[in-house]
Amino acid sequence: MAVTDSGGRESLRTAPKKPNRLFKNMSAKIASLPMIFTALVVFIGCTVWTIYHSFTKSKLLPAPDKWVGLDQYERLWSTRRWLVSIENLAIYGICSLILSLVIGFTLAALLDRKIRGEGVFRTIFLYPFALSFIVTGLVWQWILNPQFGIQKVVQNWGWESFTFDPLNNADIVIYGILIAGIWQGSGFIMVIMLAGLRGIDEDIWKATRVDGIPTWKTYIVVIIPMMRPVFVTALVLIASGIIKVYDLVVAQTSGGPGIASEVPAKYVIEKMFQSQNLGQGFAASTMMLVSVLVVLIPWAYLEFGGKRRD
Amino acid sequence: MTDLSAHSLSGPRGPKPRRRLSPANIMLYSTLFIAAVYYLLPLYVMIVTSLKGMPEIRLGNVFAPPVDITFEPWVKAWSEACTGINCDGLSRGFWNSVQIMVPSVIISIAIASVNGYALANWKFKGSEVFFTILIFGAFIPYQVMIYPIVILLRETGDVIAAATGTNFRLMGSLSGLVIVHSIFGMPILTLLFRNYFTSVPEELFKAARVDGAGFWRIYFQVMLPMSLPIFVVAIILQVTGIWNDFLFGVIYTKPEIYPMTVQLNNIVNSVQGVKEYNVNMAATLLTGLVPLGIYFVSGKLFVRGIAAGAVKG
Repeated sequence: MAVTDSGGRESLRTAPKKPNRLFKNMSAKIASLPMIFTALVVFIGCTVWTIYHSFTKSKLLPAPDKWVGLDQYERLWSTRRWLVSIENLAIYGICSLILSLVIGFTLAALLDRKIRGEGVFRTIFLYPFALSFIVTGLVWQWILNPQFGIQKVVQNWGWESFTFDPLNNADIVIYGILIAGIWQGSGFIMVIMLAGLRGIDEDIWKATRVDGIPTWKTYIVVIIPMMRPVFVTALVLIASGIIKVYDLVVAQTSGGPGIASEVPAKYVIEKMFQSQNLGQGFAASTMMLVSVLVVLIPWAYLEFGGKRRD
Repeated sequence: MTDLSAHSLSGPRGPKPRRRLSPANIMLYSTLFIAAVYYLLPLYVMIVTSLKGMPEIRLGNVFAPPVDITFEPWVKAWSEACTGINCDGLSRGFWNSVQIMVPSVIISIAIASVNGYALANWKFKGSEVFFTILIFGAFIPYQVMIYPIVILLRETGDVIAAATGTNFRLMGSLSGLVIVHSIFGMPILTLLFRNYFTSVPEELFKAARVDGAGFWRIYFQVMLPMSLPIFVVAIILQVTGIWNDFLFGVIYTKPEIYPMTVQLNNIVNSVQGVKEYNVNMAATLLTGLVPLGIYFVSGKLFVRGIAAGAVKG
């Protein structure tokens, strides 16, 4: 890399010959055009475009000249469907964050106890991650089917009054989706946690054994604090996945019963492409972006701000 | 950050465990066993349901093993199931998905590998800035960018059509979806290739430079031949990712060219007609077969691919 990294100093020396600088390293610049296009036009350009149009009265078509200020946002936050979506996302988000971390770490810790058949268990825990949310949603829709699924099986065992029908009960439908979401994604968190556990020095274990600290206590007091960066990575990955929840809901419940399992991502798509209310879609998607930034900015600050200080 | 390479997952270290049936061990294995049942249950249910006839399903429950094994639901799901007015089964969606996947995988990996190579070995002013934007862009919800991209595709398609005098279209076509997949695959793939090419010994690159090789020659003759493993990882990542995509497929294509996931959802969640649960599960399993096959065959490389996504930052 020395060849290219000296470019900075070199270009100072050859500063008077300006035209040369643009053409220097030309192939690399041409090769990077798709990346530059994606970064500037798609990621920045399209995001700014959407944010701008969220302040307009766009209906069937974008209307950049009909500026209405915060009207779309006021409407959005007084729409029941959006409020239900946000509530669902909050419940789903908090539960899946906690459950994914707990299940992922527990499974990884169990697999790390030098057990037999580790590879088999790991393969079993991770395979759902290869499947799409559509497949996940449809198969859990079938398992939770009240006529033939879990409810029926338990009733057949003799517990006649047993009811477990989350997909048709507006109060608990989001937990039905949660079961499927955890099934699909927790294996991935387990893999990350397992890699983190394998990165811990064997000597730490020896030292705690010498001190006579019980295994469970070692995990809580020593290992988990040591794995802080792994937990942060897992947290960011889970959080960025939660906001995207869309296909799972579409497949499993289509947002039903009624609007009980709506989520923000689905609200946006439907406003944009079905009810021809672009302005609402733009405002709702901007709110999604804001919620991502709320998670991302503190993380980026800790992660990169911290590195600079070192 | 953490070392998430395949090597670190290669197995437990230390001496072999002593064979002992202590209470702690019984707890450990029974917990793992219960967890394994939870994870395997849906796969089991999919398989047994798809092998039963409808009368048997109506009489029993989802967990009962099939008495009369029949493959008819599979045949029906593949070649007869209806979406709207089309009744040619999931096979149409399968071939659509293949047609979407193959060019998307090739183009996205070609672009990202060259990008990663430029970022690792041919840094130019601003290259790191663009890369940072690219990585942070991966966190922007797709919903924010989806509509402007519709406009971009439509307008670009119109310009190309006018220039060539054809009725070429990007919006609602396979080529449009390929572009979208290439764009949204770029952050993770570029990161993957950049990290890989950065780890290649610098002397190799320098030696090639001294010999007078330029950007493309070093890429094709030095870098490409020695980076086969990372290409395999990228292919696994992209094939499963694109195969499992639903959102882009439903937005940027039209019913005749819907990918398999979209068609599957339309078949199973259609409100018309009697629900044929066995056909539905056969269709679901068929859609999951490609990524499952890749997962079980590739094993550790799959883990390496998804772990690469975890080392962001």
